Formats: sequence, C-alpha cells, structure tokens
Amino acid sequence: MNRKPERSPLVPVPSGFLMREEDVDKTPVLEIRHLGVDFGGLVAVEDFNMALGRTEIAGLIGPNGAGKTTVFNLLTNEIEPTRGIIMIDGYDTRGKKPYEICRMGVARTFQNIRLFKNMTVLENVKIGLHNEMKYSIGEAVFRLPRYFDNEEVSDLRALELLSFFNMQDMAEWKAGSLPYGAQRRLEIVRALATNPSLLLLDEPAAGMNPSETLELMKNIRRIRDEFSIAVLLIEHDMNLVMGVCDGIVVLNYGKIIAKGSPEDIMSDPVVIEAYLGKADQ
Amino acid sequence: MSGNRRAYFKRTLLNTCLCLAFFVTVNYMIGARILNRYYTNILNLVLIYVVAAVSLNLTCGYLGQLPLGHAGFMSLGGYTAAIITTRFSIPDIGPIPGQAVLFFLATVAGGIVAMIAGVLIGLPALRLKGDYLAIITLAFGEIIRVLVQNIKITGGAMGMGGIGKYTNFSWGFFWTVMVVAFTFLLVNSRHGRAIKSVREDEIAAESVGINLTYYKIVAFAGAAFFAGVSGSLFAHHICYLEPGNFGYNMSIEMLVMVVLGGLGSISGSIIAATVLTIVPEVLQTFATWKMIIYSLLLVVVMIFKPSGLMGDFELSAARLIRKIFRRKEDVPQLPENYTEGEETDEQET
Repeated sequence: MNRKPERSPLVPVPSGFLMREEDVDKTPVLEIRHLGVDFGGLVAVEDFNMALGRTEIAGLIGPNGAGKTTVFNLLTNEIEPTRGIIMIDGYDTRGKKPYEICRMGVARTFQNIRLFKNMTVLENVKIGLHNEMKYSIGEAVFRLPRYFDNEEVSDLRALELLSFFNMQDMAEWKAGSLPYGAQRRLEIVRALATNPSLLLLDEPAAGMNPSETLELMKNIRRIRDEFSIAVLLIEHDMNLVMGVCDGIVVLNYGKIIAKGSPEDIMSDPVVIEAYLGKADQ
Repeated sequence: MSGNRRAYFKRTLLNTCLCLAFFVTVNYMIGARILNRYYTNILNLVLIYVVAAVSLNLTCGYLGQLPLGHAGFMSLGGYTAAIITTRFSIPDIGPIPGQAVLFFLATVAGGIVAMIAGVLIGLPALRLKGDYLAIITLAFGEIIRVLVQNIKITGGAMGMGGIGKYTNFSWGFFWTVMVVAFTFLLVNSRHGRAIKSVREDEIAAESVGINLTYYKIVAFAGAAFFAGVSGSLFAHHICYLEPGNFGYNMSIEMLVMVVLGGLGSISGSIIAATVLTIVPEVLQTFATWKMIIYSLLLVVVMIFKPSGLMGDFELSAARLIRKIFRRKEDVPQLPENYTEGEETDEQET
C-alpha cells in the first residue's frame, strides 16, 4: 500500500468546499447535479448538488429523516433517481444496476450492518474481491491453474486488507460471531476489497464509545491516505464529522441547507436552527 | 485455504481412492450376491434420490431460495431420456456397449433439456423471492405434469412403457460422484461464494459487485441439469413412466431431504436422502405405522435440530485423518516476512 507522505494545502473551489490543491485540476470522483427523488407524492431529496475531489473526506449530516441514507441509496442506484445526474469518475450512472455501480468504483457500508454472517471473515473479504478474480465457472469446476493462481493471490490480498485493521488472526471466524466493532470494521474491509475510488460510510461510528470513535477517525484518515480514495460519510457524531471531514453538507427535509468547511458549518445559524430549533421570541 | 494446490491434490487423491474402494466393494458384493436384487434396487433408488437432493441443495441450501418444482425438472429429464433410449439405438463400438453410450447421451440430453427449462423459468421467476418463487415453481411443476399428460409422445395419461432397465449401481454411483464433485467444487470457488452471498444478504451482495440475476440463474440451471439427470436415472430404474410419478409430492419429498439433511451441506443431503429412502422400505412390515414413524422422525429432527442433521457442516475424510494424526489445520496466514506500513506508521505520528 502506497502512502502519500505530504498532503497539499486546502484551497476553496466553486462547489463551496475546500479541496486539496493536488485535486483541483482533476475531474471530481463524484459529481451530483440537481439530484432529486420522489416517493409517490413525497419529495424525499430535492436539488442535491455536490462534487467530491479524488482524495477528499466529506460528511453528510442532518437531523433524522433528512434523507441522508436516501442519498446513499441513490448514489448506488438502489433507488432510481427521479431527477438529476450522478457522475462517478465522469461517467453517468443512470440505468446502471447497483453491482455495476460497484464496478465503477463506489463501495459502501450500511447503517445496520449487512455482513454475510454465516460465512468466515476471510470469505466475506473474498466476496469483495470477487470481481478482482478472473476465472470462469469451468475453470473453477475443473480446478484449472488459473483457479489456484487467482485464489492464492486473493487469499493474500484479503489477509493484507484485514491486517489494515489488525484482523488477520480472525480470518477463520464466522463473521456473525465477531464483536460489534469488528463487524463494522469488517464491513469497511469488504468495501475496500472491491477496489473503490469512492467509499460511502453510513454511520460508521454508530454504537461506538468515544475511544473507539477516535480510533475510527484515525482509520478513516488512514484509509484515505493509504488507498488514495475519497470518502463520503453519514454520521451523527459531531466530534468525528468535525474532526475528519474536509467539507460538510447539511441536509434537512431533503434539501441542502448548508455546505462548507467544518468551521463554517459549526457557526452557521441555519444549521443550528435545524438541529436545535429556533429560539422562541 | 481454498487456494492451496498441494492440499487440494492430496484431498482429491484421498477422496478418489475412497470412492473407488467403495465402488469396487459394492460391485463385488452385488456380483457375489451378498446384496440381492431387492437391496440393489433400493441402493439404486437411494443414489437417484441423492442426485436429486444434492442438486436441490444448490438452489435451496446455497442460493437460499425455496423452489418447489424440482420434480418438474426431473420429469423433463426423465421423459426426454426415455424418449431417446426407446427410439434410437447405437451399435457397439468395439468393447464399449452401444446401449451404455446411448444411455449416457440420453441422460445428458435430459439434463440439458431440464437446464434450458430451468433458465427459461428462472429468468422471470427469480425476480421474486421466498413464497412467491415457491408458488411460481410449484405452478411450473404442475404445468409440466399436465403437459406430459396431454401430449402423445409421452404416452399421455396412459404412461410410457418399454423403457430399458439401464440404471444400475455403476451409473447411479457415477452420477452421484458427478453431482457431489460439481457442487463441492463450484461452491468452493468465487462463483460459489457469490451464490452463498446471495443467500446471506442480497443487498450487500449487490453492493460488492455480485450480479444477482446471473448467479441465481447459474445455480438454478446447475440444479435443473442434475435434476434432469436424476429423472433419467429414475425413468430407467422403474422402466415405466406416468405423469403422476413426478407430482408435487416428489418435489416436497426432495425438499424434506434437503432441509432434514441441513441446508448447505452436501453430506447432509446424502445422509438424509439415504435415510429417508431406506426407512420406508424397512418399515414396510409395519405398513400401518410407516407414515406415522416417518412423519414423527421429521417433527423430532425439526424440533431438536432445526438447522437439519448436519447444519452446514461437511463430512471430510481429510479432516478425519488430520484429527486422527493430530495435525494442525492449515489456517491462512500472511507470510512470515510480510511487512506492512504498521511500524513506520507509528514513527511518523
């Protein structure tokens, strides 16, 4: 895993974010324009715009029911958008199936952990490596050399990925028997195994204590640095969001109400109103 | 570790030897009349049901769907093969008897017809889940039954006689080995993992790049092929086919074998198919109590071991030998000299 030793300074860009200088001239990994979705008559997300640089960590926050997870589901096309365009690496995702979106370089975790519980930790990661392995059903059933070559490489790769979170010794455990925190980490490892350029984390710190959250914060930065990928995360833990994100988008009732650096967001009266309500006067 | 060549070749060698030993022993026993014709018949029936149950385990246990039309595929395979063997004949090629070649080709053809039907029914049906899929496949099985009843080539409701008794222990054993090897080798590959991931969590599987429809069709087609094969073996075992042979009762019977043996366990399916074929025969003498004991067995197993006799555990000769010689299991590990950025990481921060 290559590390990027030095990070370039943050510079403001038209989307309202601060972006790493090195990312400015590159196409954004994710570009969303006027995204919207209706459920029957209910407008769940309306006019959602954002862009995400190659190695940026962005946060998506907002009160409960604001439409954050819906945005994630739209990004992976689990829900088809009614309006607007999503571009990943400059390619339109319209009409693509979720597994095709994954192959385009978007990996995600889920709010309520979705692991393959009855399979081992190693198998979970190797399912993430599914599309990295190249051998046909015939080659598998007749155990031709390509089967062994691919399996050997992916075994090592899976263990290497697990060692990122120091979980290589749990490789033979059943995924469902892991402690809660390890299950969350395994879900991230499985997502990373698909070789994404954009990682979507849906409430990664849910149910974690402060020290675990701190650890997670460090890990999210490490993921960005070592894999050189962009991370978009939904989170309610403000310490984590403010500590790790380069840019933040605040969503309420399906609309973006604020956008900017953590400092701006923290002092934005609109955001404070959305979270705490208006002072009676 | 699935990618370990040496372990794989050792295991394969061991299993091949065991299979050969079993085959030779039983064949000798049949030849020496230690197993009389009655027992041989039961043995053949056991093997036929093993082929059907193991193939159903692919869709039911590994893919995690609930298909109730397995008998429909068996019916298609059985009738196709029977039509071929009754209409055509192949002359002997040197030492190879033409009749055996014909039976093999007919069985494969039966399997392929069932597989095509499996893909055709699978394309629309696999968009549905659970109960809905169960009902569609149930309807499919009934359609096949009624179709067979009403067309001429299958003999209609009168049934179809004059089928040669080609199924013997060798053929049954050959196809059993085929279906077990196919299922085992498929399941322990990236394709099999993809199939299992569909069972575990469809949304998560799709989010890591698994093409759900493709793998559902693959599992469905594979299961249908071997169901067709077992149908062909069945046809050439009882020598007389009538549409009622492959009613939905048979589908349910197959399902019972798979669930009782353990969803996702090949050895479980084999054991359950064996037990559930032999028990009714043994209980023949207590005819009145037969069904009660049979049903009671199911109730008891489901209460005390709802995951089936074997759960998802597999019997393994290699593991047994390792246990006897107290050798360690080869757990996948990173190489000794493997270095990661860990140490340098801490120095920097």
